[in-house]
Amino acid sequence: MRKIYNKIERIAGNVIIVKAEGVKYGELAEVNTDHGKSLAEVIRLDNELVALQVYEGTRGISTNDQVRFLGHPMMICFSDDLMGRIFTGSGKPRDNGPELMENLIEIGGPSVNPAKRIVPRNMIRTGIPMIDVFNSLVESQKLPVFSVSGEPYNELLARIALQAEVDLIILGGIGLKYDDYLYFRDTLEEGGALSRTIFFVHTAADPVVEALLVPDISLAVAEKFALKDKRVLVLLTDMTNFADALKEIAITMEQVPSNRGYPGDLYSQLAARYEKAVDFEGSGSITILAVTTMPGDDVTHPIPDNTGYITEGQFYLRNSRIEPFGSLSRLKQLVNKNTREDHRALMDGMIKLYALYKETLEKKAMGFRMSEWDNKLLKFGELFELKLMALSVNIPLEKALDLGWEILAGCFTPEETGLRTELITKFWPKGKKGEEE
Amino acid sequence: MTNANGKIVGVNGNMLIVEYQGNVKMNEVGYVILGKKRLKSEVIRIRGNLAEMQVFEMSRGIGIGDNVDFTNELLAVELGPGLIGQIFDGLQNPLPEVARQCGFFLERGVYLTPLPETLRWDFTPLVKEGDTVERGDTLGTVPECIFTHKIMVPFNFYGNFKVKSIADAGNYSSKDTITELEDENGKIYPVCMVFEWPVKRPIDIYEKRLKPTEHLSTKVRIIDTLVPVARGGTYCIPGPFGAGKTVLQQITSRYAEVDIVIIAACGERAGEVVETLREFPELIDPRTGKTLMERTIIVCNTSSMPVAAREASVYTAVTMAEYYRQMELNVLLLADSTSRWAQAMREMSGRLEEIPGEEAFPAYLESVIANFYERAGMVQFKNGGLGSVTIGGTVSPAGGNFEEPVTQGTLKVVGAFHGLSRERSDARRYPAIHPLDSWSKYPGAVGAKKTTYARQFLFRGNEIDQMMKVVGEEGTSLEDYSIYLKSEFLDYVYLQQNAFDPVDASTSATRQRYVFDVLLRILVARFTIKDKTDARTYFNQLRQKFLDWNGAEWESDSFKNIENELNAMIASRQVESERDLQVIFDKTFE
Ligand SMILES: Nc1ncnc2c1ncn2[C@@H]1O[C@H](COP(=O)(O)OP(=O)(O)O)[C@@H](O)[C@H]1O
Ligand SMILES: [Mg+2]
Repeated sequence: MRKIYNKIERIAGNVIIVKAEGVKYGELAEVNTDHGKSLAEVIRLDNELVALQVYEGTRGISTNDQVRFLGHPMMICFSDDLMGRIFTGSGKPRDNGPELMENLIEIGGPSVNPAKRIVPRNMIRTGIPMIDVFNSLVESQKLPVFSVSGEPYNELLARIALQAEVDLIILGGIGLKYDDYLYFRDTLEEGGALSRTIFFVHTAADPVVEALLVPDISLAVAEKFALKDKRVLVLLTDMTNFADALKEIAITMEQVPSNRGYPGDLYSQLAARYEKAVDFEGSGSITILAVTTMPGDDVTHPIPDNTGYITEGQFYLRNSRIEPFGSLSRLKQLVNKNTREDHRALMDGMIKLYALYKETLEKKAMGFRMSEWDNKLLKFGELFELKLMALSVNIPLEKALDLGWEILAGCFTPEETGLRTELITKFWPKGKKGEEE
Repeated sequence: MTNANGKIVGVNGNMLIVEYQGNVKMNEVGYVILGKKRLKSEVIRIRGNLAEMQVFEMSRGIGIGDNVDFTNELLAVELGPGLIGQIFDGLQNPLPEVARQCGFFLERGVYLTPLPETLRWDFTPLVKEGDTVERGDTLGTVPECIFTHKIMVPFNFYGNFKVKSIADAGNYSSKDTITELEDENGKIYPVCMVFEWPVKRPIDIYEKRLKPTEHLSTKVRIIDTLVPVARGGTYCIPGPFGAGKTVLQQITSRYAEVDIVIIAACGERAGEVVETLREFPELIDPRTGKTLMERTIIVCNTSSMPVAAREASVYTAVTMAEYYRQMELNVLLLADSTSRWAQAMREMSGRLEEIPGEEAFPAYLESVIANFYERAGMVQFKNGGLGSVTIGGTVSPAGGNFEEPVTQGTLKVVGAFHGLSRERSDARRYPAIHPLDSWSKYPGAVGAKKTTYARQFLFRGNEIDQMMKVVGEEGTSLEDYSIYLKSEFLDYVYLQQNAFDPVDASTSATRQRYVFDVLLRILVARFTIKDKTDARTYFNQLRQKFLDWNGAEWESDSFKNIENELNAMIASRQVESERDLQVIFDKTFE
């Protein structure tokens, strides 16, 4: 029988301090309040003083509330019964199904030995040219969607989830708006994917600290399924809320902030989660797509900044389009060498021209006369945005590549494209030898 | 003296407060006893009877009152034959062996011998009984990969020693005694091929340190030609995420002309190391005919691995680099990213509640960075031989802003700065090293005059570009416009280099010199040009040809054919005669 303590020494922010013995770092406790039970985790030990972060928040906690240490860290059930179920951020049923208590696993486990990792090799096709052609998504990749609030990031996530060939989808909602939660549920249901989805949803109305659990729970479950040969896609939305919860706890614990109030270990904390993305040799995989809304549309804000240093690229969502600049799939070169021989060169060539188009736009805005070359670029840029960038476009990679050549041939002579002669000879659309077009 | 022991009285993340009995020393290693596991930790501050320690593992499950055994040893690595080709974590734990024992996941408290006794070597003695030796002297050699590995008197054997016995030539285990050394007091020490050395203490066994003046060919054109690196020198690569730091280090680790490359994957993505780890054993190094793995050591403490071990990892790497330098080899240490190492210090400093400096980094950040880079150097040994450690570190500045403590602290101490720019990487101008902002104090592949000329050309081109943004193309003279096009041309066909093209990925110094001369002639020459559109078209055609040339194997038929075509294209528009141009060229660069 574990000891029960009836005196809370200090309450500050969402952290309580009790005097206790025999407590371990990271251990879980249950706090019994008038409003019910709340889970709390040990985050500091100082002689007999034990600091705990309270997942349900400290509002209404009284100094004589009961704290019972459970003797183990946070655990979650792992079983096939999870499929199709909806839980809260701390793993309690949010649907009307039964609570699952068997086969408990620890969350936040150790990282994969780098020597056991393999080089990712499978492309995940999405039908979105800005992804498939320009920044291919790869199985086991960890990739955030950088966006300002108001952009259709959840729609993008849901669309990729439905289109991707995966065995299991885990949706980790972190401070998710209730409407958005319903949107995911309905969309996945309509798409016939509900039975292969597990929801861990912490909504905007739930206590802030509980947000901290969602990535760990989602990824711990994902890991177990991946080890059972499942290709798992984990969607986390929105990781900015996770980082803000970290910040809140850090400030309560009086940690010296490093950058705009965020703790110095923000990078390590985020990395511990994102690095769970993996392809287990001879078994399943975890791919992570995570929304990171950028406070003030500022990519240098500590949250997107630290995230970008950790993840394998990012999709930059702006004006309902995936921007070619700023967006990056660091793993693309692992898969785009095996698609079609013109894929890489066309991708680079078109982006370089698009960069020139942007410069020309600036010149135009300043009222300069447009040269013949400028006009070509303007034509190209508009076609590019219309035919390839719009999120409504849904075509296979090969069609998108063909379309790319069409657009180039409609605007430029072959040598203006900066592409190598052998590719031009092979792929330049017939009857369009450039200028006479 | 017996070792100290203690009990835990505080846990704050990976920082433990331990009440100890006996004597402890700074940076001493202790083990937290957690059931059957022993978790390695290091003393980082001592206050009265309290030792503050960083634990090199996750601290979950550690409680008040848990025991700590101190070892009286500093954090050290094993040095000896067999390091090459291995993959270690930040504490020199061999990761493939850990994987064999523990499977997919890392397990706390598993520490395996980096150089196990199962390694056997063909030893040839070089000393005889009665010889007098001192630390660092060669006792014999063993062949390791393509190197002659010197078995040396352990570096912690201070004073003079007499060789009491020495093994005959033959095959021995790395832990067999191969010699017995007698100190001045007559005490005899058995010595094997492996010994330990504390990672935070530089290996200083050489006659003198030389100025780094010898060009180190990285095969990256923009580096070798514009902002070169020297053997024994230091350089840094700061840049925002996605600008190309890691790719640059990866290609350098493949193609750089050095004997040994040590890759310190410090606190960044595990996936990036995996590419190296899987590909190097397959890739043949054309210079040696052996796989790249046979000249590489990987120290891999990636972002989700314990933070304290990340802090140690760069020291583990540089200590091994210094060790191989003692064998008169040129070693290149690539650390990606030094910012993660600095952040590891910041995390710990925060837990120690030290007074924070800028952006909460500890006040001693700069001196620690300086001390680390100071471990690079070209040195001369007492036999006259030379060896070098070159250090190249990436920096990951918050928000991509170079005005931050790690970048600034690093810039003060390195000899070359390869600043990556977001504009260039966005425009896919790889490698995205900014050609004007970056600098180097070292000699390059093509000679100072030519480098300066190219730089000035780029500078002028950039000026014109900026001006054109104000006055427009129509307000720019044809002459200026041509200069602008030429500088763009130089950038496009020479400074940019495709890391993923088998030929373009690496350009030898010889090829650089050859190609750069052709390029310089284009810069120097005047061309008959009608108007701006004509100029643009012409340079587009030249560019196309040059890019094809970049893709052609050095001295192949296709290389020569394209070169002829290129020359014809140049000749068709050239104003000066070939002879006049040669005179101008010689006068400019003589
Ligand atoms: N030299 C290069 N050639 C072609 N592509 C490059 C080059 N350098 C970087 N890239 C592209 O940029 C991406 C990010 O590069 P990386 O080195 O990982 O950036 P960083 O380490 O600075 O975050 C790569 O995945 C690749 O797609
Ligand atoms: Mg990198």
